Amino acid sequence: MPFGNTHNNFKLNYKVEDEFPDLSKHNNHMAKLLTKEMYGKIRDKQTPSGFTVDDVIQTGVDNPGHPFIMTVGCVAGDEESYEVFKDLFDPVIADRHNGYKPTDKHKTDLNFENLKGGDDLDPNYVLSSRVRTGRSIKGFTLPPHNSRGERRGIEKLSVEALTSLDGEFKGKYYPLKSMTDAEQEQLINDHFLFDKPVSPLLTCAGMARDWPDGRGIMHNDNKTFLVWVNEEDHLRVISMQKGGNMREVFKRFCVGLQKIEEIFKKHNHGFMWNEHLGYILTCPSNLGTGLRGGVHVKLAKLSTHAKFDEILTRLRLQKRGTGGVDTASVGGVFDISNADRLGSSEVSQVQLVVDGVKLMVEMEKKLEKGEAIDSMIPAQK
Amino acid sequence: MASSFSRILSSKQRIGILSLVGGSVTAGYLLQREHVSAGLPVRRSYPASAEYPDLRKHNNCMASHLTPAIYAKLCDKATPNGYTLDMAIQTGVDNPGHPFIKTVGMVAGDEESYEVFSDLLDPVIRERHNGYDPHTMKHPTDLDASKIHSGNFDSRYVLSSRVRTGRSIRGLSLPPACTRAERREVERVVVDALAGLKDDLAGKYYSLTQMTDSDQQQLIDDHFLFDKPVSPLLTCAGMARDWPDARGIWHNNEKTFLVWVNEEDHTRVISMEKGGNMKRVFERFCKGLKEVERLIQERGWEFMWNEKLGYVLTCPSNLGTGLRAGVHVKLPLMSKDPRLNKILDNLRLQKRGTGGVDTAAVGGVFDISNLDRLGLSEVHLVQTVVDGVNYLIECEKRLEKGQDIKVPPPLKQFK
Repeated sequence: MPFGNTHNNFKLNYKVEDEFPDLSKHNNHMAKLLTKEMYGKIRDKQTPSGFTVDDVIQTGVDNPGHPFIMTVGCVAGDEESYEVFKDLFDPVIADRHNGYKPTDKHKTDLNFENLKGGDDLDPNYVLSSRVRTGRSIKGFTLPPHNSRGERRGIEKLSVEALTSLDGEFKGKYYPLKSMTDAEQEQLINDHFLFDKPVSPLLTCAGMARDWPDGRGIMHNDNKTFLVWVNEEDHLRVISMQKGGNMREVFKRFCVGLQKIEEIFKKHNHGFMWNEHLGYILTCPSNLGTGLRGGVHVKLAKLSTHAKFDEILTRLRLQKRGTGGVDTASVGGVFDISNADRLGSSEVSQVQLVVDGVKLMVEMEKKLEKGEAIDSMIPAQK
Repeated sequence: MASSFSRILSSKQRIGILSLVGGSVTAGYLLQREHVSAGLPVRRSYPASAEYPDLRKHNNCMASHLTPAIYAKLCDKATPNGYTLDMAIQTGVDNPGHPFIKTVGMVAGDEESYEVFSDLLDPVIRERHNGYDPHTMKHPTDLDASKIHSGNFDSRYVLSSRVRTGRSIRGLSLPPACTRAERREVERVVVDALAGLKDDLAGKYYSLTQMTDSDQQQLIDDHFLFDKPVSPLLTCAGMARDWPDARGIWHNNEKTFLVWVNEEDHTRVISMEKGGNMKRVFERFCKGLKEVERLIQERGWEFMWNEKLGYVLTCPSNLGTGLRAGVHVKLPLMSKDPRLNKILDNLRLQKRGTGGVDTAAVGGVFDISNLDRLGLSEVHLVQTVVDGVNYLIECEKRLEKGQDIKVPPPLKQFK
């Protein structure tokens, strides 16, 4: 919730054990790691904008999680959250990001030329390619915490930046609250329109407040570059196209991001970034690159192979259904993307996708011919 | 014992009066527990005009009355517990409403909200409660069930009778704002008191966090179990936080008196039975409420109540009596009569389906209950339902015999 938090001082009148949440039935990173002692230590803290530990953990308290899927269970309300509440965030980050230490440094590399290959994924198998990330704008608090005034400020700056782009990035901004029916229909058909969040993971963190005020979508005329404003993060930037030319998708992604960043910097509102956590985003799972690079790929045979999941793990990839996170695959078509976000650069993460998908398509072809693939199974990357 | 009891009571009554007079800080100062005075919010980087919500597509009472001027006046204020205007109106901003159904669009986070944000809450209360003006009018409380007459309906028509209300524990924040510790304290205070009930009221508490599967099944079969709220009207106001921590259900052994703990209010109190003996249902209701009040007072607590607003609850629509007295009644012929709605209106009654609010009637069976909550006493409202239902049954009988019915003149409003 925005503004001051005198409510937090009031809570301190109660003992730690009376305020400490009951996490006995919970399965998320926060619940695993938040002890009563830790809670007692950080509960009197606030970020400069008034975000408290209870604000950080509310989503994880309200959503016990699933025995099979480990959600993060905590969010940041602003850039400073990751510092003020490091007692909680550092272990959560280590748990979520493969042992990433508080002293580790994150490498940012948005130089698309460093990507090797990626322009020759077989379009008979790879139906579409996409890279997305998020960006937060310095000087504003994040979606769980920001006020209407801030959110509108973010929108105003973003619209200015995005509508000043030219060349292949030239496009138009559609604010959610004044969209015409025709525009809405078109955006739905293009699969661009994002809905008011219904997932309680997001709503319990306060990210759907005041919907649809300050929210909107910008896309370029070619419909290959898309930016969501004020959904789960300040900005979600997406580059996509049909077919398997991930190289082109990644180039557009990098160039577009750099152009946008220049414009924000000119207004003294660059992106939130530091050399330990990379790009700062609302959910700790998206720290680092915030990048999910993926393809929709036909792997009808490979997906039923006993070693499919192991292959993915070794390639540092993950699978989803074609509806995105938490959906099932349809017709043997999977969404395959990088599993990592923090501790490796954008180039290296997209490289893993490009190399890994190429290998899996070869495996699929082999299986189609009735041949074995055991010799092709890779070592752990 | 008696002197300390009266000292505790009088200090809390004093708070009640002071919070009316003005001074959220004063009210905070006098509460028993150590209190932090309301500070100004820590951060405000935008002027009120930049923060004012876009309510152009909204249809709720808050949106009708929140002008930019009122917003600017109130947006920097906070109650002693730190509850702000933005928090109070969030549910109304997030839920634009429906062209036919006008929701309230705001909630109270604590007792002091009704004072600190009175510039907005007073017009909302006036609109919702037929012109009741908290500044000039007083709300009558009357829980003397002996005054009800003709309260035993023809059970060929009335299938069941029920009276519900809510009660809040003074000194603890309401469900939109309460911390986990406060919510747990509400549970402790209430469960402790309920354990003191005897005879036909003796019963048992079922905590939602520790319920066994078989208890849960039984409570579902009895239609007692309440679910985690899914309505965005409630979730956007923060009432489902930390579910199911400190929530539970208490009921007496005879299953005719039921208390919900920490759902939309601190407590919801329900008296019900099959058949048409509304008088007995109301008698048990009053007796139970008075007993619970006595038991919490013994321990130094009291209900939130004042003479302007009656019983203070989370939603402004439930102020006053917080009372909904109703029956499930079979009126198949009346259900087809085009004059039904007008008759109900004039009798100050409302109809719902038998699933409760926002459901449809099935097989000509309606849920008929009082429309009003504030400005009229419990006895008055229950008698209104009794008289109204008796009239409706008379109409149904006349239609059965092929006779005509009359639309009664509208009932007078406040005295």
